[in-house]
Order: sequence, then structure tokens, then C-alpha cells
Amino acid sequence: MSEWTMVCPLEEIPRLGSRVVQTGDGDVAVFRNGADEVFALRDQCPHKGGPLSQGIVFDRRVACPLHGTTVHLDSGEAAAPDKGCTHKYRVRVDKGDVYLWNL
Amino acid sequence: MKKLKLVMAGNGMAGMRTLEELLKLAPNLYDITVFGAEPHGNYNRILLSPVLAGEMTIKDIMLNDVDWYAQNGITLHMNKRVTQIDRMRRKVIAADGTEADYDRLLLATGSNPVMLPVPGSDLPGVIAYRDIKDTDEMIEAASHYRHAVVIGGGLLGLEAANGLKLRGMDVTVVHLMPWLMERQLDRTAAGLLQQSLEAKGLKFALEKQTAELIAGESGRVSAIKFKDGETLPADLVVMAVGIRPDTGLAEAAGLHCERGVVVNDTMQTYDPRIYAVGECVSHRGIAYGLVAPLFEQAKVCANHLAQFGISRYTGSVTSTKLKVTGIDLFSAGDFTGSEGTEEIVLSDPSGGVYKKLVLKDDKIVGGVLYGDTADGSWYFQLLRDGQNIRELRNHLMFGQNHLGNAGYQGRSNAADLPDDFEVCGCNGVCKGSIVKAIKEKGLFTLNDVRKHTKASASCGSCTGLVEQILASTVGGAYQPADVSRKALCGCTDYTHEEIRKAIVERKLKSIPEAMGFFEWRNVNGCTSCRPALNYYLLCAWPHDYRDDPQSRFINERAHANIQKDGTYSVMPRIYGGMTTPAQLKRIAEVAEKYAVPAVKVTGGQRIDLLGVKKENLPKVWADLGMPSGFAYGKSIRTVKTCVGSEWCRFGVQDSTNLGIVLEQALDRMWAPHKVKLAVSGCPRNCAEATIKDVGIVGVDSGWEIYVAGNGGIKAEVSQFLAKVKSAEEVMEYAGAFIQLYREEARYLDRTVHWVQRVGMDYVKKRIVADAAGRQALYQRLKDALRDEKDPWEEIVCATWQRSVAAREFVPISFQSQQLHSGEDHERMDNGMPA
Repeated sequence: MSEWTMVCPLEEIPRLGSRVVQTGDGDVAVFRNGADEVFALRDQCPHKGGPLSQGIVFDRRVACPLHGTTVHLDSGEAAAPDKGCTHKYRVRVDKGDVYLWNL
Repeated sequence: MKKLKLVMAGNGMAGMRTLEELLKLAPNLYDITVFGAEPHGNYNRILLSPVLAGEMTIKDIMLNDVDWYAQNGITLHMNKRVTQIDRMRRKVIAADGTEADYDRLLLATGSNPVMLPVPGSDLPGVIAYRDIKDTDEMIEAASHYRHAVVIGGGLLGLEAANGLKLRGMDVTVVHLMPWLMERQLDRTAAGLLQQSLEAKGLKFALEKQTAELIAGESGRVSAIKFKDGETLPADLVVMAVGIRPDTGLAEAAGLHCERGVVVNDTMQTYDPRIYAVGECVSHRGIAYGLVAPLFEQAKVCANHLAQFGISRYTGSVTSTKLKVTGIDLFSAGDFTGSEGTEEIVLSDPSGGVYKKLVLKDDKIVGGVLYGDTADGSWYFQLLRDGQNIRELRNHLMFGQNHLGNAGYQGRSNAADLPDDFEVCGCNGVCKGSIVKAIKEKGLFTLNDVRKHTKASASCGSCTGLVEQILASTVGGAYQPADVSRKALCGCTDYTHEEIRKAIVERKLKSIPEAMGFFEWRNVNGCTSCRPALNYYLLCAWPHDYRDDPQSRFINERAHANIQKDGTYSVMPRIYGGMTTPAQLKRIAEVAEKYAVPAVKVTGGQRIDLLGVKKENLPKVWADLGMPSGFAYGKSIRTVKTCVGSEWCRFGVQDSTNLGIVLEQALDRMWAPHKVKLAVSGCPRNCAEATIKDVGIVGVDSGWEIYVAGNGGIKAEVSQFLAKVKSAEEVMEYAGAFIQLYREEARYLDRTVHWVQRVGMDYVKKRIVADAAGRQALYQRLKDALRDEKDPWEEIVCATWQRSVAAREFVPISFQSQQLHSGEDHERMDNGMPA
């Protein structure tokens, strides 16, 4: 199925925070940063699988709550010198609602 | 905008470090051109000794290879020495005629070895020890010739001698002074050093002055002759008698030079367009030859080149570590002592250990360590911080680690450890991988090592070992971080103390306001500064500040402890560890209702429900109907008690009741780190009060109050604060101590770290001697806590449930059905307890 799916209004994601979207394919973390940009990643840190959704968001990054690995929100890549990558989802905001592609 | 032109004359460590720092701060400000006299990129000159000794290769010691310059858009002219600066036209000219224009010029010409002006000093086979070329020449000579003489028994000379010996030569070290390394060592330590170098096969000719070097039949040097007429055979003579700042270029350009190119605290020469760093520089009359101060200069210089203009170099205290494999030697500051100083000496000649500390006015002013240098960086830190060591005096000589840290089998001497020794027990990092990372990635600081290897990045108990490994691998380049001026984090250069002060004085009342006031470098800060700022604001403005949950670590945001599988643990408060059958029944019912997979009695005398899903947390709290235990926060944890005089046949005081009252008074209190208390009803101390942040021990005539203990990573026995008569006084003293800690400690300091820094004298002055101050502190604590609400109760209540913050606990589910927009998200509001 190829389509945009509305997940929630933007205002229901706290600024510098996230929401967890449960899908048949595992949890997706939808982040909103300080500039109201929205990003979506698989809710699994590339280090030891920690829930990235629960981390502290700053700029375009999130720090995993388990061991502090920093992950770039726009690419899903761990910030150097750490290595690894988590899956990235397409996401957009339209008229104040957040949509995910191909959930 | 057109870029400015930055030209650097010299391609060594100090200059390149400046450029690296500059690129971090302002990557696009300059077009950069570098001139270097050697045909190489930038290499770690300090590690030439291991190369000579055959322990490393040139490739291992490259810091910036030629590709690095290209990748960073830097034009590199190798093999071209700058010979002229045209300050009028603002350009430099190299020996081969290459020219480059500059807007800013950075002089990093380093130094030249001093060659003794004796007859024969220009013979083939007579060299200095400075660069790759010299090293190659020594390695070459070692494979053809037998007799080597090293003139100079300083750091460099001994390293050269050791390397040549390892390469199979017969080596004699000639030294003018009566003992080796007289600028770093006292006579005793130098004697021990000489003995162990002699055991390695080196020979020494002390108090010998060179008269001339004599040529053999081939024209190459063949002997050295001393003033006293004695001669020694010498097929290779290495002069290591000192270095002299290379100021030729600067002097020719008319820049003011003394022993080096004179610079001010912003690393500018007398021509403000021209900066200088490194060994060529004279700063406040001192020319530094060790790399650590040069890196400090580099950092300051880069800050000004980047047009930040907020940093000053004010000079450095240096320490030395000798890089001869198998010999541990450390010296710092004034190690010989003078008028008004005293010495503490620990000497064990047959064990090969000698330690001397020189003290003045209860402060360390210098020291020499031989054989056991494990505590070198600790002593050096105490020296640099000017910390009063009166209270430490009894055990100062036995080092920081005489009380065991957990997690590395009590081993504390990095040099002896095999490569497969597990240094970091949290992240499973072995010594070999740390050494490899340091060499391959060119790491110099503890933080770099943490980032790249994760060693000491978790609990930190192996920090001392990792520092030692770093020090023994990079030698003199290692400088322990200066904790007396510790920037809050990488986002700012201001210290914790400066920021806390401004928050109060400037009435800063939100994180963005504080970040704006101090011109934070990174938008939204980072995971270090946001929680710290949130706490500092909360502490300064207990009733006005609106807590920012997004700046709190997840545990404090969710009011539960995240576990490795992403579930949480729930630990209700059980005041003083006293519970009731009804409470226990309720906990049991909740555990069954939510199929809690694990129930544990904790070390803090409470009950932990482990494995609760986040979305169930509010329901679990509602059903428990108990206050949060704050078992997840930088906050009050528990007050552990023994049964006390109510039941115990030995008890002399009612410890249980005092524990309960204390825990109630401190309930809901945030702090720089977790705070644990205990109350024992007699000196048998069954509540283990002497390893707590605040520990109370009942005696027949009243209560003894102990503070700043710790039972974790590093066991620390608490220190006696005061003895009082009544429970009310205990409350006041304990509360005042905790409030002082809340107001003055750095975020993530436990009480023990803070007290170690400020000293127990200071704490006693504020809490014991100053009765009015103590009462005021206690009042401020009571006032701060007066309207703190129980977070579980708040979240469970109905109005909160309708807020956006409540969404934290509710996932958006598309799990079980075909997803379509619109109506699905309605489901979010379900699943919350009424």
C-alpha cells in the first residue's frame, strides 16, 4: 500500500519530543524538533536497540536513553565516532497534521 | 562573502592543532595555506622515540596526512621553508620563491636543537634529535656502527639513548650535571632512574664537559674528548642539550622577540595581524617545550582567529612523564622545594618506588614520582587547582585509589597490564583496544578516548586507569583536564558556577533565556546542558520556574526507571522502609493485575515492580495509590533505617521514626544527583549510614551526623560533620547540608565529589560554625519543597490526563487493523485510567 497515513496533529507531539506509532511492523518514533521539523525513525537505536523515542531531542539529533548514542534524525545514522543506522521513514506535515508514508 | 586568507608558517603539532580547532569553530572563514620545511604532513613529534625504539612506525605517528589537507581545502607547501615576511604587502615568501598573501599570518616555526659549539660538531655522524630525518639517520647508523654517544641527560637524550640501545648500539650518555634530568627530578629519583637504565645496559658519564669531537680516517666522527682529557669511542653523536625557539623569520620581519616571538594572552605578536603559537613563542617570559601547554595556546589562538574573541591564555603549569618503556616517572611543579616548603617522602628503594610531594601552606606545589606514577594526574590536578590538602594529608602519599574502585580487580598500574586486560568492565574494553585507538586515531584527551572506545564512558570507575594508559601512550602530550574551570558542556565556555550565578543575578527564568544570555553555540543545547540548566533554574526559582520535561532524561519525564527492554520499573515510596500488611496487599494485587514479571526488594528498603509497559504506568500508579519513590531521579531516594530503640535490644535512639520524618521532609526534592540517607539507632550502624550522602548514627547522648559518603562505584566513607542532641537539630543540620549541596554543587556531582572539591572545612564553616546561615539554608529548603506535588498523583488526576503532556504515555496504534487516516487517532484518548 503506497499512501500517506495521517498519524496525529502536529500539536500532539511535544516540541523537542516525540510520539510512538505502533505498527504491525514494529514501533516508529515520530520526532518534532525545536524548529517544528518532523522526522520518523524506527524506534530502535543502532547500538543496543533502545527506544529512541524516549531520548532527548536537540537540533536535528536524538540521544538514545539507554547508553547515549546520538542518532541523526534526518538520516537515521549514528553520529561519529559511533557507527550504525536505523531505518528512516518518510514523513510530512500538511495543514497541521503529521503523515507517514507506507506504514 | 570573500574568504579571508590565513597563512601558516610551520607545519608542526601546535600550528596544526590551531587549524583543527579553528576548522571546528569557523570552517568557512578562511582560505588556508600551510608552509612546512619538512617533506611530510603533520606528525606526532613526541612519538619519534617509540619509532626510534622500534615500537612504532612513521605511519603510526602521522596526525594529518597529505590527504587530510586536501580534504579540508588547505593548500600545503611541503619542503618549503618560509624565509621572508613582507609585512607591508602582507605576504610571505618561501626559500624557492613561492609567495602567499595573507590577511592573518600564523607563525608556528617551532624550535631548533642547540648544537654545542665545539670543534668537530659539524662532522658527519654528529646530529641533533628533532625530526623524522634525524630519527632515520639514527636508525641507519644503528645498523652500521657500534658506539653511540648521546650528549645531554635530559628527557630527550635519555629517550634517544634508550632507542639506540634497543637498536643494538653501545650507548653512553654524557651529562654536564651531577644527575640526570635535573630539571625534572631530584637527586634520589634521578639515581633510581640511572640504576634502572644501567640495568638496561646504558652507560653514563656524568659531570663531563665535551671538549671536542674527533674525526676518524673516513672523515666521520670517531671519538669524543672531554675537558678532563678522557676520550670515548663514538661513531654516532646525538646532541640533545636543549632547544631554542626558532625566531629567525620573525626577527627578520622586525617582530619583537626575546627568547621567543613575544605574544600577548591572545597569542598575537606585536603585529596584530600576525599570531604565533608553539615552541617558537615567548609568553609572559616563558617558552614552552612540552606539547600540552602548546595545545592550550592553540585553542586560544583558534578562538581569536575564528573571531570569537572570548578566550585568554594565561600560562601553564607543566608536568613531565618519561616515555621509556618499563620506567614510570612523573614530575611536576617545584619538586626541589625552597624556603617555606615542606616535603612528604615515601621511599622504598628495593621495591623501586620513590614518591616525593612538596607542600607549601597546605597546598601541593610540586612532586616527583618514580616507579608508581598511578596518582600522577591526581597530584597534578590538586596542584593546578591549588586545593587545600590538609584533610587529605594522612593518606595523600597512598594515592587516590587506596580505597578500591569497583570493576577492575583492584589493579591500578596501567603499564604492567597485558593487552587483553579488561579495563572497562561496563563496556568490555581491553587495554589493547584503547592503545590501538589512541595511536590510530591520534587521541589526546580522556573525552576523545571515551568517544572512540567507550572505555570509562559509563560508570567512570576505570577513569584513572584509562588516563594512565593515555598518559603512557602519548607521553608528555597528555594533560589531565582542568576541573577547576570546567565548562558546563561543549555548547558553552562558561562554567557551572558562572551560569548558576547569572541565573540568580540576571533573573534568568527559562532555558532559552539562559542559553541566549550566554550565547550558546548549539541550538537547543545538548543532553549534558539541558538537564543541568533545567535543574539550576528549578533550584534558583522553585516556585516560578516551569519545569521543562523535554530537558529531562526519560526516567524523570516518565517518573519511572527505563529498563534494557524499554519497559519501566515502578517503586512507590515506603517511608523509612516501614510498611503495613495493607500496603503489601495492595502492591501484590497491582503486581498480579498487570502481570508484573518481576518483584524485587531493593537495597533501599522498598519494593520494585519491574517490567511495566509505559502506557500502563498511570494505571499502575492509580491502583497503587502510593506516592512516587523518586527511585529514577537526580533527587531524594530513600532514608534507610534500622529498627532502632523501639525494638532492638541494643538500640539507643529511635532511628526508624527519625528516618520516616526525614524522608517526609525531603520528599519530592530534586538535586544535582541522587541523594541517599540512612539512620542507625546505635553505633553498630546496621543501616550502613557511613556510606550515605547523609548518615545519622544514634549514640546514647544524641546523634552523630556524617556526610558525603558513597557506596557505589568508589566506596567512600562519610566524614563527621557534627554531633547534636535532638532529632530537630538533625533535621536542621541535614537539611542545611543538603540545601548547600543543591545550591552549590555542579549538576551530576554526588555529595562526595562536591565536598572533595570545596573541602570539609568549608562545609563545616557553613553548616556548623554559622548558626544563622544554617537556619537560612534549612528555611530555603523547606520553602523550595512547600508546593512540590507528587508526580504520580498529578499524572493520575483527571485534568492532567486531558493535557498534551499526557500523550507521553499513549502510543498511537496502527497495529491490528488496516490503517486509514482520520478516525484512528481518536483511539489515543483511550487506555487511560479514569
